[in-house]
Amino acid sequence: MTFPPNSDGSGRATAVAADVRGQAPEAATPVGAAGAARPVRKRKASQFEGGRGYVSAQDWRNTRVSVTMKTLHAILLGLLLIIGIGPMLLLAKYAITPTQDIIRTPLAIFPHGVRWANISEAWNDVQISKYFLNTIWLAAGSWFVQMVVATTGGYVLSVLRPAWGKIINGLVIATLFVPSVVLLVPLYLTILNPPGLGTSLINSFWAVWLPSGASAFNVVLMTRFFDSLPREVFEAAKVDGASSFRLFWSVVLPMSKPILGVVSVFATIASWKDFLWPMLVLKDPAQQPLSVRLPAIASQTDLGVFLASLAISTLIPVVFFLAFQRLFLSGAGLGGAVKG
Amino acid sequence: MSALGAPRRAGDAAVAGGNHRPGTGDAPVGRVRRRSPVTWAQRGGLSSVVFALPLLVIFGVFSWWPIVRSVVMSFQKTNLVGTPKWVGWHNFQYVLTDPDLPTAIRNTLYFALLALVIGFPVPLVTAVLISSVRKRKGLYSVLAYLPVVVPPVVAVLLWKFFYDGSADGVFNTILSYVGLGPYTWLSSSSLVMPSLVVEATWAAAGGTVIIYLAALISVPDELYDAAEVDGAGIWRKVWHVTMPQLRGVLLITFILQIIGTVQVFLEPYLFTGGGPANATLTILLMIYNYGFGSSLGGNYGAATALSVMLAAFLAILSLVYFKLTSGWSKS
Repeated sequence: MTFPPNSDGSGRATAVAADVRGQAPEAATPVGAAGAARPVRKRKASQFEGGRGYVSAQDWRNTRVSVTMKTLHAILLGLLLIIGIGPMLLLAKYAITPTQDIIRTPLAIFPHGVRWANISEAWNDVQISKYFLNTIWLAAGSWFVQMVVATTGGYVLSVLRPAWGKIINGLVIATLFVPSVVLLVPLYLTILNPPGLGTSLINSFWAVWLPSGASAFNVVLMTRFFDSLPREVFEAAKVDGASSFRLFWSVVLPMSKPILGVVSVFATIASWKDFLWPMLVLKDPAQQPLSVRLPAIASQTDLGVFLASLAISTLIPVVFFLAFQRLFLSGAGLGGAVKG
Repeated sequence: MSALGAPRRAGDAAVAGGNHRPGTGDAPVGRVRRRSPVTWAQRGGLSSVVFALPLLVIFGVFSWWPIVRSVVMSFQKTNLVGTPKWVGWHNFQYVLTDPDLPTAIRNTLYFALLALVIGFPVPLVTAVLISSVRKRKGLYSVLAYLPVVVPPVVAVLLWKFFYDGSADGVFNTILSYVGLGPYTWLSSSSLVMPSLVVEATWAAAGGTVIIYLAALISVPDELYDAAEVDGAGIWRKVWHVTMPQLRGVLLITFILQIIGTVQVFLEPYLFTGGGPANATLTILLMIYNYGFGSSLGGNYGAATALSVMLAAFLAILSLVYFKLTSGWSKS
């Protein structure tokens, strides 16, 4: 990925948006003017490589500078290891440590052996397996609803562009500035008595799935990405007689895989993390996801088994992250850009 | 906001050269004005509506209507049976005279301030340092981001265990190596808030680090070259080139962090439930307690009134902030 140079703050959002565009088969043109000044860089080991930074090659040749910087980097790496991985390693250790050892000597390395039963007890007896499945279902459904709303919405706002699209766009963006707490009570009452449905959605997964679709952030990301796709392709498809639906399904979506990936990651992770809303609308423990269930079982569960439950809940997001690092990190940068 | 608007305009500009608005551009010029429903449908007006339906329904029912309803409800007395009654400013009066409100405001501001003092410099320094790493920069950023992917509930529950107040608690054990403690982290009214802030910073800093890293690599090389020609050392390059170049991002993350921390809920709710002795009662916890804290049915009027006031406060705060700082970030 290449980041074109941007000299001012407003260019930042464009820079990150361009980053996602840059992954598209058709490299975007709007930033070409700025990017042309520099030779195109090859795909790097890390997406945060690029630019020469504030330490020049000459600085690195200076022994004092080089030693100082390397020491700082080593300290930083050590701290990041302790702070970033430390708690998770401890959690992994507790997951297979007998409760008595966890309580008496939390930092000793297996003084009285390993207790694998923590994990199986958490999975079977505490029924983490069930809540795990609920969490996956909630994430999958939320992902689906968010994708449908964001792709079709972005398609209307960016490609079809009806006269009233500007108003819709404004209304969608306006919701970005409303803190979500404002929605809490009225949304709860809406779920309690949804318009035109006649039955409460409390204790139904739909109560989590449907509201998750109202994410202005997704729609903005999608619209902006569709904006960067070359219009000529759409025109050509229309000339060939493609219907709006065909254009959407066979042209726009296949060209938008990078942003679909980013939005998917956002959607799944946000759903996995969500706590307050599922707690309010899923009152039946059998329906609750891990995030809601874990605090509830904390006091009545053996500590070792409980920490094993925490470890199981952490595993999927962490593995997911390590597998799709690039997507996550470009998404995180993007998040900052759009929120601004 | 400008950062939102700019890329869209850039996209539009790129498109404008190619064709006109796709929805209407194909029709013969003379007929554009008078449109019957049939020609409208033929030109794709109908498919626009069909494609907009998911967005309109979902946003309408689950976003736009609740936002409006929130304002309406703040002037009503609502219970689950019977029709809502208009009560004027009564809900606002009720909230503003609640003896817990000053405590909640003080705690919330204290949390936001501490989060700023602890949480603002940490990601900045980390990102600036990472950006100068030459080998395995990816490893650094992955490590920094790792806590962000831990589910927040798990993070809080794990840290709650770390904060155990007995001498065998994890943090107390670590501190005992250097002869400190033991501290009763979460049940001490003076230590509890900093404890919450440290956990919250741990959980969130990685995201900010990544935002800064993305901004850092877009600092133009020429500026550093020029600074070196003028004989600037590393420190002066960081201070006089890197920092001013990050100004735009910093201004935004600053206000975003305040907006975020003022709405803190998860940490006080799960760590302490507002205790000890209301030392961690925050505004959002109050809203939650009004609306859902009692099994007898919520005081929805008070909950919405407080949330509307909070939203208004945040809106005014951001407006003032952007007015004040618009001169600083020449963007």
